[in-house]
Amino acid sequence: MSFLGQFFAKRSSAPIARDRLQILLAHERTSGEGQSELIAKLREEILDVIARHVPIDRDKVQIKLDRGAAVSTLEIDIEVPQLKKKVDAPEKKPDAVEAGIKKNLETKADPASGKQTLPTGP
Amino acid sequence: MAKVLVVTSGKGGVGKTTSTAALGAALAQTGQNVVVVDFDVGLRNLDLVMGAERRVVFDLINVVQGDAKLSQALIRDKRVETLSILPASQTRDKDALTADGVERVINELREKFDWIVCDSPAGIERGAQLAMYHADEAVVVTNPEVSSVRDSDRIIGLLDSTTAKAKAGEKINKHLLLTRYDQARAARGEMLRVEDVLEILSIPLIGIIPESEEVLRASNLGSPVTLSNPDSAPARAYFDAVRRLQGENLEMQVPTDRKSLFSKLFKWRFA
Repeated sequence: MSFLGQFFAKRSSAPIARDRLQILLAHERTSGEGQSELIAKLREEILDVIARHVPIDRDKVQIKLDRGAAVSTLEIDIEVPQLKKKVDAPEKKPDAVEAGIKKNLETKADPASGKQTLPTGP
Repeated sequence: MAKVLVVTSGKGGVGKTTSTAALGAALAQTGQNVVVVDFDVGLRNLDLVMGAERRVVFDLINVVQGDAKLSQALIRDKRVETLSILPASQTRDKDALTADGVERVINELREKFDWIVCDSPAGIERGAQLAMYHADEAVVVTNPEVSSVRDSDRIIGLLDSTTAKAKAGEKINKHLLLTRYDQARAARGEMLRVEDVLEILSIPLIGIIPESEEVLRASNLGSPVTLSNPDSAPARAYFDAVRRLQGENLEMQVPTDRKSLFSKLFKWRFA
């Protein structure tokens, strides 16, 4: 790191700490205990809907959360196995396709960021 | 074989969480697969010090109670690929953490990681005992201050009597990590010296972390000090501690920050 870079980096850590705490505490004060239950419930219901149409392995579901000041994103990655045709050679492994669903957690979020994406398999 | 390391102290505020983050990151920076586990149920902070507070979905208690799979609760560090975090629960009842549940999680972690670094809560109650129960190694974090040294002595007693290893008649490897050490004050006789603390506690020393402004800066940024400023004195002390933990025999020293006269003057001018 350059001397100047180090100088600026050193002076700027307290505002970063303040911002991080404000975002964190705003979420903790409003959501409290319900947060992890809400996410667990959302996951179950989303998985139920998808499972109605495609067979999925519930252990191969990854959930990511990123809390921001105005918008939080909940990302659910579901591995959807490629549907096998009966004529396929049995040793050929099915390619897994990932379906990502981004769901907005906050109602006040702007509608543009509430889009849902569900990439379909090849 | 996987090793379970507990970072404990008895007394609060001596640097357990800071040291867990720094030691865990330093181990991962050597290429080892590391998970840091927060056992401070109700008052989690390891996620914040590691900069992962916005990404917590599930926690240790969700895994213990079967609400989430371990792989779903683990948060992969964005800076070091081989480093993961298992956060504690923020709001739930401490009693939700059961001995059986913790054992199941630790056994599952042993299959995935080389090092499982457990951040103990302060005190000597159930939470602290659960954090140390499965440990193979223990780092006892101590400040050169009377109450901290006394509490460390209590904790060392517990490590030798209430852990799984102790109950099986085996010895747990205990290491002393002296934090917030000020060599100048110790030399002037204003602070307990390293030798004084070692004589009282009589466990091997694994590192001396000098008092440094870099430690607060690291926690402000949400980054272990070994990542935020790897060249700083505390970071070098943590890197050395990790090498000793891995069996290297290094000469013990107190790293100091190398500052040029110019940068000191500059800092003073704008302080």
